[in-house]
Amino acid sequence: MTNDVILRVEDLQTHFFTRTGVVKAVDGISFELGRGETLGIVGESGSGKSMTAWSILGMVPHPGRIVGGTIDYLGENLLEKSRGEMREIRGSGICMVMQDPLTSLNPVFTVGDQLVETLKLEYEEPKRSLRRRAAELLANVRIPAPEDRLTNFPHQMSGGMRQRVVGAISIARAPNLLIADEPTTSLDATIQLQYLRLLKDIQEQTGAAIIFITHDFGIVARMCDRVAVMYAGRIVEQSDVEDMFDHPAHPYTEALLQSVPDLDTDVDTLPSIEGQPPSLDALPAGCSFAPRCPHAWERCQEYPDEFTVAPRHTSRCWRSE
Amino acid sequence: MWQFIGIRVLQGIFTLLVISLLVFLATRLTGDPALVLLPPEASSKADYERVRKQLGLDKSLPEQYIIFLRGAVKGDFGLSIRDRRPTRDLLLERLPATLQLALAGMALAVVIGVPLGILSAVKRDSIFDKGGKLFAVLGMAAPQFWVAIMLILLFGAILKLLPTYGREGPENFILPSFVLAWSIMAGIMRLGRSSMLEVLDSDYVRFARIKGLKDGMVVWKHALRNALIPILTFSGISLAGLLNGAIVVEQVFAWPGLGRLMLDGVLQRNFPVVQAAVMASAFFYILTALIVDILYVYADPRIRH
Amino acid sequence: MATSDLVLENAQPQLSWRGRLAEKRLPWIPIAVLLVLLACAAFAHWLAPHDPTSLNVINSKLAPFESREHLLGTDVLGRDMLSRLIYGARTTVQISVTALALGAVIGTVIGLVSGYWGSWADAVLMRITDAALGFPTILLALVVVVIMNPGPPAIILAVLLTVWARFARMIRGDVLTVKGYDFVTLARITGVKAPIILWRHIFPNVANTLMVITSLMVGQIILLEAALSFLGLGLSPGAPAWGIMVAEGQEVILDVWWLSLFPGVAITVVVLAFNFFGDWLRDYLDPKLRRAR
Repeated sequence: MTNDVILRVEDLQTHFFTRTGVVKAVDGISFELGRGETLGIVGESGSGKSMTAWSILGMVPHPGRIVGGTIDYLGENLLEKSRGEMREIRGSGICMVMQDPLTSLNPVFTVGDQLVETLKLEYEEPKRSLRRRAAELLANVRIPAPEDRLTNFPHQMSGGMRQRVVGAISIARAPNLLIADEPTTSLDATIQLQYLRLLKDIQEQTGAAIIFITHDFGIVARMCDRVAVMYAGRIVEQSDVEDMFDHPAHPYTEALLQSVPDLDTDVDTLPSIEGQPPSLDALPAGCSFAPRCPHAWERCQEYPDEFTVAPRHTSRCWRSE
Repeated sequence: MWQFIGIRVLQGIFTLLVISLLVFLATRLTGDPALVLLPPEASSKADYERVRKQLGLDKSLPEQYIIFLRGAVKGDFGLSIRDRRPTRDLLLERLPATLQLALAGMALAVVIGVPLGILSAVKRDSIFDKGGKLFAVLGMAAPQFWVAIMLILLFGAILKLLPTYGREGPENFILPSFVLAWSIMAGIMRLGRSSMLEVLDSDYVRFARIKGLKDGMVVWKHALRNALIPILTFSGISLAGLLNGAIVVEQVFAWPGLGRLMLDGVLQRNFPVVQAAVMASAFFYILTALIVDILYVYADPRIRH
Repeated sequence: MATSDLVLENAQPQLSWRGRLAEKRLPWIPIAVLLVLLACAAFAHWLAPHDPTSLNVINSKLAPFESREHLLGTDVLGRDMLSRLIYGARTTVQISVTALALGAVIGTVIGLVSGYWGSWADAVLMRITDAALGFPTILLALVVVVIMNPGPPAIILAVLLTVWARFARMIRGDVLTVKGYDFVTLARITGVKAPIILWRHIFPNVANTLMVITSLMVGQIILLEAALSFLGLGLSPGAPAWGIMVAEGQEVILDVWWLSLFPGVAITVVVLAFNFFGDWLRDYLDPKLRRAR
């Protein structure tokens, strides 16, 4: 497995330097991802899971900065890359589908134009053959009459169609890694399912690894091989999917799992857990989950180390010591 | 799309008709035009009737309006009271000057305003952005007539760099078109900046970056095309401001255009000339507004379909 | 493309914890300017050291600070500049406030009616509003002056004719929103009469918008009034109005430059103050309006 790792994140720290102080949005997370593997990153909003994605893409927003750690992509540290080099990796190596695929298309250009400009980055071919490739891509994501669709503007397509177009663009350059950031929050249930199927399809076609950023354990169960649970900027538990569902080690994971009613129904909102997710600029000194944790004890005044509870299964809770 | 343009054309014609009615009634409201034309002394009842007949004032008001409209289409509003010249000739003589000035002003506003606005957004909070904001804020607050005079004082009298009146050569255009353009330029800059910032924060720009497009492509293709749409709308609205400005600017720079013709006509109570000038500017105003509307349809595919 | 890099960095998703508090600070400088303007307008007869119209040929064309009697100098006819400026503030305030108040009332009523009743009344009123919004103000003013002869009523009418439409447009938009609120529906169901609903339930909810538009319009109105005065369409020549003073100075600009300079500065500063204040008020009262202009 290890020699086929495409992404290894080690102790990644992304901090935001605001007027009121430093916000540790991502505070030392580590994980790795094999070729063709699917990793789910689960957490509440503000837990740092989206920032993890932007960090990997090298697009951390303004007051934020990656202050430590490494992001190894195919054996090279992305944090040492120049802007230009990062740009070349984006799209061709690592691509992302954002939360709302419907607003990801530029309204004033045709679908064909937006596909062709992406393909142009990859293939030095005349426009006509690029358009042929574009049509093929649309056919791959099961858009009927793809040649005709190329001349359409996004607003002339249905939501489901546009989603597929975004999918087609994101695989246009055959990336090794696709990040899907909460791809389902803005969609209704049927389109959600279609979308997940599309991503699975894409994965089968291209063999890309996928990182699923979500707050929905139902999706994790359906899509992922491994799962990492994030809380307040850190990964509190990480393991293969079955292991996590069968033997959750961290109380936060337990709580999340308990409130998933049935893995076959889709859950839109995070199951409710008592208390509020902590504000990142005022974290408690010890374990950040302690204030909401039913098992908290004195030991939790100190931040827990990462313990291996089973092979390929770690947890940051003193109970696992 | 053609339906949209068709509706706009009809609206434009309707507005023109309303204005023509207004202009027609305005001169009838201010008293008997025949009395204005007659020399106050030697005027017999017969003279008066003759002039009335000559002007068509003996007919009913609707009839007079129809005659007025028929003349208006040809640019014929009768003779100027002051020098007895046909208004049509006056219009043809003055129109080019105003059109040139307006065109120069609008071009300047767009050519300078759009890039400055975009750069302000791109270099947000830099010295450049702050300087641009000051320039824009002043442009919106300083009265045009005063700016014009101050520029005449500075560039004409003190530095002796630029001509301050007349329209012989291209250098004559610099000061008037700048004065005309400044406030519109200011609006375009601020709007360009804010719409660019908004667009740069959009998902599709972010996605364009994610898929690996060069930053230049992202800014100048994806972002700019979208940011231009509100700027186009604004330019359409500011046409009215352009006409306002033209009247003032022509007055200060002794620019022999329609605006001065109009103003002189009002101050001398030269009604045919006022009618002619008002109708002509209304016509061109509505025509350009229509062109902007059509451009808008082309800029935003969401309207086109 | 070093420039575009920067932007893209800035333009990333905004974070919720970035405060916006700085925008809420009171704009002291604009407020001070406006207070000075209002004081000059209200107490011109006490504040002005001289009669703004009294001629004094011996002391004509005094430069600023040349004489202690005439701090900002005198014009061609020896009239005291400072006094004329102070009285000019009064003229500006009188004309602008009258036109603005009338425009606000008419526009608000039309906006309320149009938004509340909808259907054909709305369609007709909004067509007229659009026409008035698009029409060049000075052109309109010229037509008005042809009918009425130059003078303050003509200026006020001309300004009014363009101002009301802006109020009508914005207020109507707000009414359409408020109309959908439950308390309005409730009032309608229980049979409250339309004028009472409009006055008691809807108007208080559009009052913020009204204040914001008013403050944003003042600057434009002052500019318009000054331009009309400058063109000789307003008060009679010699009257202390800033626009007229600039015009008077224009003829002798090479000789006595301060005649045009000071009134122009006065207009600019006052308009700037109103614009800043209006922007602040808009951000403070209704961030939604931020882009709606």
